[in-house]
Amino acid sequence: MQAEHLEIIDFLRRYPPFNELPEEALARVAANIEVSYFKAGTQILEFNQDVDAWYVIRSGAVEVYRRNGDLYNRLSEGGYFGEFGLLRENRVRFPIVAIEDTLAYLIPEPIFRELFEQYERFADFVEVEDRTRLRHTVARREDANELLTSRIDMLISREPVTIETSSTVREAAMKMSSEGVSSLLIVHPEGSEADLNADNPMAGMITDRDLRTRVVAKGLDYNTPVTEIMTSELIHGEHNQLVFEAMLAMLQHNIHHLPILKHGSPIGVIALSDIIRYESQNSLFVVSRIFRANSVEELSTLTDEVRSCFSRMVHEDANSRMIGAAMAVIGRSFKQRLLELAEAKLGPPPVPYCFLALGSMARQEQLIVTDQDNALVLDNSFDPLKHDAYFLELASFVSDGLAACGYSYCKGEIMATTPRWRQPLAVWERYFDEWIDKPTPQSLLHSFIFFDLDGVWGKTEWAEQLNRYIAKKARHNSHFLACMARNALLRTPPLGFFKEFVMEPSGHHSRSIDMKRRGTAPLADLVRVHALAVGSVSHNTFDRLQDIIEADILPSGRGQDLRDALEFISMVRIRHQALDLDAGQEPDNKIEPENLSDFERKNLKDAFQILSNAQKFLKYRYQPGRAN
Amino acid sequence: MFYIGKKNPVKTQEEQLPGLHTAPDWPARLASLAAQTRNPILKAFYEAGTVAADTPISKVPLLAMDFETTGIDSTRDEIVSIGLVAMSLERIRMGESHHWILKPRADLRDESVVIHGITHSEVESAPDLKSIRQQLLELMAGRVIVVHHRGIERQFLDAAFKRRTGEGIAFPCIDTMELEARLHRRKRPSLLERLMGHKRVSIRLPESRERYHLPHYPAHNALTDALACAELLQAQIAHRFSPQTPIAKLWS
Repeated sequence: MQAEHLEIIDFLRRYPPFNELPEEALARVAANIEVSYFKAGTQILEFNQDVDAWYVIRSGAVEVYRRNGDLYNRLSEGGYFGEFGLLRENRVRFPIVAIEDTLAYLIPEPIFRELFEQYERFADFVEVEDRTRLRHTVARREDANELLTSRIDMLISREPVTIETSSTVREAAMKMSSEGVSSLLIVHPEGSEADLNADNPMAGMITDRDLRTRVVAKGLDYNTPVTEIMTSELIHGEHNQLVFEAMLAMLQHNIHHLPILKHGSPIGVIALSDIIRYESQNSLFVVSRIFRANSVEELSTLTDEVRSCFSRMVHEDANSRMIGAAMAVIGRSFKQRLLELAEAKLGPPPVPYCFLALGSMARQEQLIVTDQDNALVLDNSFDPLKHDAYFLELASFVSDGLAACGYSYCKGEIMATTPRWRQPLAVWERYFDEWIDKPTPQSLLHSFIFFDLDGVWGKTEWAEQLNRYIAKKARHNSHFLACMARNALLRTPPLGFFKEFVMEPSGHHSRSIDMKRRGTAPLADLVRVHALAVGSVSHNTFDRLQDIIEADILPSGRGQDLRDALEFISMVRIRHQALDLDAGQEPDNKIEPENLSDFERKNLKDAFQILSNAQKFLKYRYQPGRAN
Repeated sequence: MFYIGKKNPVKTQEEQLPGLHTAPDWPARLASLAAQTRNPILKAFYEAGTVAADTPISKVPLLAMDFETTGIDSTRDEIVSIGLVAMSLERIRMGESHHWILKPRADLRDESVVIHGITHSEVESAPDLKSIRQQLLELMAGRVIVVHHRGIERQFLDAAFKRRTGEGIAFPCIDTMELEARLHRRKRPSLLERLMGHKRVSIRLPESRERYHLPHYPAHNALTDALACAELLQAQIAHRFSPQTPIAKLWS
């Protein structure tokens, strides 16, 4: 009987470049693999030793050294090494040491060569080229602070305690007491219609606090069905998220318990206190101080704390996505608190409204040097004569408050204080109709920021409604996409013909590069066009890239390259701002290439080159030349 | 490897006396078995012999082996699948691996189907052990067999041979479970330890692997389990022995 190596195939399939290989090639690899175990500390390959196989790390971690003994890279599960040697006279170029107990799958040389020759994508990926170097650089930054790198399932200490929807409050309380838990998941009976129709078995959740506030304080009968007091439409986390992401989600939604799902089933509930216990001194507690501040003056005193939170995260080696998301949660919290204060001062709103965040905050890519870009969506019953005075005052309160807290006024007047951006939902839909159905590059130049929008306060479902409306309309509108593409190509990366840096021509920053204008902004613009084209409703550029990769519209591997390029450029920008802060200077987006290390300079060129190539592809795909 | 619950399926004499490692003289034993047997296939197997007792483990040709069975009683139950992987201390070679589903002469009991996932219809069309016996012995010849809990592989193969040819089989093996037992079953836990709730360290395959930071594999596929056991031996030698350890200290 032919031996099937399902376990090995399943493992390989999860990692590039094996995910590029067809099933029969994977089966062939798996059937010929050799396995070796290396205790932590073992030298796996020595310089100039013969190498007869390509090594893939099944579990554990290794360090890759340069010949001079410098650490070159660190690899873990799914990482591979030995290809340098195999491609060059079968001599080891980079010595390897196991830093953890490591199990390696060895792909014998003849099989490696066969793959290399038969599968072009595989060869492209493995080949030693610029983007590999970049990927490794990005990967290496991902150690440090455990909160930033640990997965959430690590904090789960027990299976979730559940009770079925048919139970009473008393039964739920008894179960919580006997199990000694502070939260209880309410699940649909297994196999019931509700269970079969839902994405996951959870109908809701109750906590100790719910029993206190929703049952005892209200004097409800203990036989009340538990479904009447539970929180339904739960926010949940996924088992493979980072602890940090789960924490952000809890802070953002102001919840203390987060059920964690794996493949659609709850595997546990984590409490905010679990995380606090895990990481007592955390940067993000500034968020709770924002919500406790009782005046604009008090809020404005938190500016320094926000800045030190930013610096701390950079020093802890957080990645750009975490920093961007953390800063966005902070910015969002400022807006929410200001709106609460405004409503307290002005009284309840005459008609419902939704306060929108636009641009980098909506994309969760906010840094510390940032404008306030916001707008108001009002209920369709809005009557300007009767209601607008209230909303103008509300908008001014928030806008002035934000300015006091370090978020400068938007120079383009994209703020809720501008009448045009303080309109009923129906008017907003008309705006988008106009931008999408009758686009001109000029009209979109001022409105593209509205294609990154997120609801912050009030009827936030309207923001989602607008997002879905945009996604649906934009998707197949090639003229609109061509106009967006044309604008996305206006800002180019700062590379000259010979791949040298091109500096900004004017001002006292004459020897510098604007990392936002020349790097992150054109990248976000480019990704937005593709995202609109594939109907993505994600806001974050990394999430959009993931949607784009899944839609498979980019040449193979280019989406991953863009992700790495974005991460690298963002981190250079972020680290530069943190350095400015540490030096007591006002941070900006300009960097001077001569202040970079050789290593950073080289990688930055690689990253800009990826952006440049991606712009060429955008031009080819959406034909912006026809957008007139 | 076949398990039911937490209890150890078959208590062998050696297991009841952990730490007392008395290795048989395998080269002599195989030579005498070769002289005794009348069965030509077994004769060829025994005549292939094995390495000398002082051979360092790094030089010993090895074969990791695992069975799935219809139950835990070797007098009554039968083998339903065999996984084999050739290896040396340095490398486990999937290119030399084999996996057979066999038609047992005992009934395939439903509870065992739950465990190894091999169904009645699969075994219905499978060959009897007799038809692969020669190939199996050729693969085993000259090699030291690596198993996790030799009570299963050794006794089941012996019983299966007896049933088919009237003559059993003996072979040298390294039992990775026994190597774990040497470390973790050296003495009975003291009364104090028991009162304090010290749990006995599990020496089952998955838990043993975890201690050496080996990845989690799904259990109960004979080939995957053979690989799992092969990796465990590499890890045990790397952590607790050395490549120079003579085979006599490891086999039984």
